Order: sequence, then structure tokens, then C-alpha cells
Amino acid sequence: MSEGEKLLDVRGLTVRFPTSDGVVQAVSDVTFSLSRGETLGVVGESGSGKSVSNLAIMGLLNRQRTMIAGEVEFLGRDLLTLPPNELRKIRGKDIAMVFQDPFACLHPMYRVGAQIAEAVSAHSHDGKDKAWERAVELLDHVGIPNAKSRARDYPHQFSGGMRQRAMIAMALVHNPSILICDEPTTALDVTVQAQIIELIEAVKQEFNIGVILVTHDLGVIAEVADSVMVMYAGRVMEYGPAAQIFDQPQHPYAWGLLDSMPSVERRLAALVPIEGSPPSLLAPPSGCPFHPRCRYRFEPCPTERPPLVAPVPEAHPDACHLPWDDKVKYGSERSITRLGDAA
Amino acid sequence: MNATENLVEVEHLTKRFQVKQGVFARGKSEVHAVEDVSFTVRRGETLGIVGESGCGKSTTARLMTRLLDLTSGTVRFDGRDISKISQRQLRPLRREMQMIFQDPYSSLNPRKTVGQIVGAPFAIHGQKKAKTRVQELLETVGLSPEHYNRYPHEFSGGQRQRIGVARALALSPKLIVCDEPVSALDVSIQAQILNLLRNLQSDFNLTYVFISHDLSVIRQIADRIAVMYLGRIVEIGDSESIYEHPKHPYTAALLSAVPRASTGHRARIVLGGDVPSPIYPPAACVFHPRCPRFHEGHCDVETPQLRELAPGQEAACHYPLEKWPMTDDELRQAEGALRADRPHLEGAAHE
Repeated sequence: MSEGEKLLDVRGLTVRFPTSDGVVQAVSDVTFSLSRGETLGVVGESGSGKSVSNLAIMGLLNRQRTMIAGEVEFLGRDLLTLPPNELRKIRGKDIAMVFQDPFACLHPMYRVGAQIAEAVSAHSHDGKDKAWERAVELLDHVGIPNAKSRARDYPHQFSGGMRQRAMIAMALVHNPSILICDEPTTALDVTVQAQIIELIEAVKQEFNIGVILVTHDLGVIAEVADSVMVMYAGRVMEYGPAAQIFDQPQHPYAWGLLDSMPSVERRLAALVPIEGSPPSLLAPPSGCPFHPRCRYRFEPCPTERPPLVAPVPEAHPDACHLPWDDKVKYGSERSITRLGDAA
Repeated sequence: MNATENLVEVEHLTKRFQVKQGVFARGKSEVHAVEDVSFTVRRGETLGIVGESGCGKSTTARLMTRLLDLTSGTVRFDGRDISKISQRQLRPLRREMQMIFQDPYSSLNPRKTVGQIVGAPFAIHGQKKAKTRVQELLETVGLSPEHYNRYPHEFSGGQRQRIGVARALALSPKLIVCDEPVSALDVSIQAQILNLLRNLQSDFNLTYVFISHDLSVIRQIADRIAVMYLGRIVEIGDSESIYEHPKHPYTAALLSAVPRASTGHRARIVLGGDVPSPIYPPAACVFHPRCPRFHEGHCDVETPQLRELAPGQEAACHYPLEKWPMTDDELRQAEGALRADRPHLEGAAHE
């Protein structure tokens, strides 16, 4: 993982939503850190808690209706215990967020430039003209052609990719330290997706910030992430450098995810799906949450929860009971099923 | 019925939608949704149609199955011209072509039981007492016969899509048009449905037209593919040849834009700009404003037609790719395939 200054230290983050049907265990005991210049990819299927963790970090969950535990340390300050007005000074300024749907995130009745200028004014005392200038400058920066005149457009005059660029411009207004991107390319076409990924990468380099990239698309993660956190049923299953996660994944769930993914590079001999469906978070399975779908489960899995630790010193942390030798063995077998004899 | 090789033959298919524009909706213009599209679907194969949103892939499918009326062109299904016949005449043919839709949430009526949903095709076509048949179908698609009396909300996304598949299979169709059937599903569930569709194809000798924006999914399932851009087919042919040696610059750009789950970097064509409006499509080759091989005075003047560039592979491009992958420089220095008989373009090719 990268060597920059440590920006974010999340320890034991737990989020519970009490509902009339019971308590939803959305996020359980999530621990990770983020440094300057690092892109952390968070992958998992819908309902794995990847978005909720980020909303909790941003303080965007209703504290009255949500139980949040753990620590989120941002440059030495615990965001979870900060009073709301202190948190507001950080949110949108030092930590900014880009959401999935650029259609829903811009107000249809206000000019794009005005909406970015509003973000400028939220954290500074600059006059209106100055805020507008900054908005135009940023639109230009994220690659909107004729930024000066396009700033006067309404969101419906922008294409999907341009709206997402505008959202990124809005996130950058106060030179944040952390940019959280929650499925930033999911709503976009593949050629536009490529442009946005390049933009996020360029922004990260230029502003020297830390990026948390949440997505269900492993391909996007493989392209840009330095480190990867694989989540399932609200828990971290595997956490390590991207190269290791993709070349030698250690957790059966990560194997399942990678093996069920079709490849654009070759027609695979077989897609190996994960049988069954993700569990309900109202009553997640005991022990390892993945055990009901895991083909390698053995005695301890249904009862004991595996801790997130590195099985051997040279490996990265995973939450799985399988002995290391078995992991190496099963891991090498899986590529043969997937790729056929060609492998 | 004659047993020709092709189940579906589509020729010069065109669909334009009228739209009103301007103050008081006085101005009328047309969305060129599908322009002059021709292709065939062979019996037992899977034809993948791939392209970005708004490229006309879903409209093409709806025209093929006559869910929309054609502006011009012909569609022959099983040897019979269905492009102009009435809805009444179409009804018996509807059994033979079914659809699976993208969104398993909105394509199932929430107030009907699974039994009613999957049994509906039997009821519509006057077959009574279909319960055992429906239960068999549920088992075929990996659900349990006990699910007969349950409602859609009791099922997960993947299971709902299985219900949609069971409904499509009900009347033993010849053709199933799958319109983005796995796009709304998580990757682990997506693989289950793709495997199911593949097994059903060999068990029931089905022909698929499979529409997706996801190039990896198409590679996994399709035998032949058609790449669409702005209502036109820009490249069509055997899946393996197109993925290994794309000839149209748009196909290459699309392929190179797909993020890959293997580490290690590679050259990429990042297309600038966005897809132009289908109301005012660019002149001649519709891709020319974004094309790295654009030649002024040729690409924006003369419309390229689909022509065979390799066995079983056709592309509509004046300057098709000589090889793949290519570097940026090689890409720009297009050796015009038509240059010999067009000496006036000599200069342009070496610009």
C-alpha cells in the first residue's frame, strides 16, 4: 500500500438500523485506513454494506435512527464523536463525495455553475462573483468544453458523463483530502465510464488526495485501485494490495466473485456462479457470514466467526478459517475450471 | 414450415419516431432510432447485439418481434414476412418468439402469483389446466414447484429473473429475445442466469437474440455479434473474430474501454465527447466526429456500407483497422483501403 500521510483510520465501524422487522446489521466491525495518494477500492454485491460504511464516515446517517459504533479518525480527530457543526466544517470540504446517479444529484432548476458556486460559498466567505469564477475554473478543470458558457446551462443540457464531471468539480471546490466515489461510473456507458475513471485518477494525482472508490465492478477496481477491501454481508472478507487480491485472492468469496465474472478477453470454459443468494442482514448467518454459500466450509465455519488476520506473514488479511495450504491448493485449482485446458 | 438456415432475416430495417420541438411543440423532427439495419439470425445460435445506451439495440429487438411498427424495411420470421401483417395474424406467431426483460422487478405483475404469471401464456393461447406444466417449468429454471402460489415480492432478483425465463419458455418458442437480462443482477447471480440460459438453449434448441451493453457478458454467451452505434450496425460477425480482431474503430474503442479484472496496463482508445443526438445524426459515417481515423472529405461525405473484411466479419468503415491492438500513432495513420482508386485522398491519409 502507498506510503503517503495517513488520512483516515477506521476501526471497528459498526452500523445498525433498528426497523419494525428487527435490527438490520448493515455494517459490522469494518477496519481499514487510507493514505494520501492511495485509491482504496471497496467491492461487494448489493447489500454488502459498502455504501453504508461511507455514509457513516461522512456523517450522513441519521444519528437518531441509527446505531453507529467504532472510530473514524480523520487526521487525528474522531468524526463519530464530533458535534454536528464541527462535522459540517469537514464534510464537503476536507472529505467530499461523488454519488452514483448524476441525474438525481443535480437540482434540475438551477444552473450547473450556480450549484457548484453554492458549494464554494458553503465553506468560504467569498462573494458571489468569486464563487462563480471558481465554479467555471473547476468545470474547465474537469474537462467541460467552453466551461464559461456551459456553466450557465441547466443539468438537462448536460449529458450523463458531463454531469458526473460537474459532480466531481463540485467535490473538488475546497481541495479535499479525501474523495469518496460511490459507484461513480455505474450509470454511465462504457466509453464515458473510461473517461470518468481517467479523470478521477488524474484528480487524485494532481491534488494528492486519497480516494475511496466503491463499486460492484471488479474491472473498475482492477484498473485504478491500490488496495482493495472485499465486503460481504456487512463484513470485510479480505483486505490487501490490489495486485495480490486479483492475482492471489485468498477468500472463497473473492474466488466466487472473480470466477462468476465473464471476461472480455476470452470466452471462458465455464462461469462458476456462487450458489444461493446473499443473506438477509436482519438475521445474518452465524459464524462466517459466507458459510451457507461456501463450497469449502468445514466444522468451525457455521459457529465461529473467523477474524480478519493474515494467515501467514507474507499474505494479506482475510476472514476465513481455511488453513493456508488449502487456500493455496484450492486457489490454484480454480483457474483450471474457469479457463479450461487452455490455462 | 420450411427449414431454412435463418430463423430471422431483417433487411433495411428503419424506425423513426416523431418528436415535437420548440415553443408550443410546433416544430416536428424525427429521432432516427434505427437506420437501415440488416442482419440474420441463424437457427440455434445466439446473436449478441451490443452498443451503448440509445444506439437502438432495444428498438431493433422490438421491431423484430413487431412490438413496434416498422417505418420501412422487412422482417422475415421462419420464412414468413411479418413486417406488415396485422396484430391478429401475428398472434399465433407470438408463441414462437418470446422476450425476457431487463428489470425483474417491473416485468412481473406484483399482484399475481408465480403460477398465474408463468401460466398466463397458456391462458392467452387457450390452453387450460396448465398447472403441472407450470410446475415443470419452474423446476426447469431452478425454482421449486412449491413456489406456484407465491408472489413476486417473495423472491430475490435472480429468482425473479428465473420466473421471467420460465414465462418465456412456456409455449416452447423458437426464438427468445433477451433484452439486458442480467444487467440488474449482482455478478454472482448473473453467472447463474447466464449458465441457465446456456443450458436451456441446448436442451430446448432455442435461438437467442441477446442484447447487452456489457461486452464481457456478450463474449461469454454470443456466437455472433452485431455492434450498433447511433441506430446503425457498424460491425457484425463471428464473436471470436470481432473480439480478437475488431475492424471498426468504434468496436475497438468499445473493447478497449472495458475495465478488466486483471492487473497490468494496456493501451486504450479513450473516445472524446459523447454520442451525438439521434435527431440530428452526423452526415455520412455517424461515428466520424469521434473517430481517431476520421478523414475529412471522405468519412463525412460518403456513407460507408457493411463489407466483408475477414471471413465472417463485416464492418462499415472506409479505414478499417489493419490489426489489433494498435498504438495511437498507428491508429491515426490509417492506410485507406480505398486509397488506390481514390487518389485525391492520398494527402489526407498521410496527414
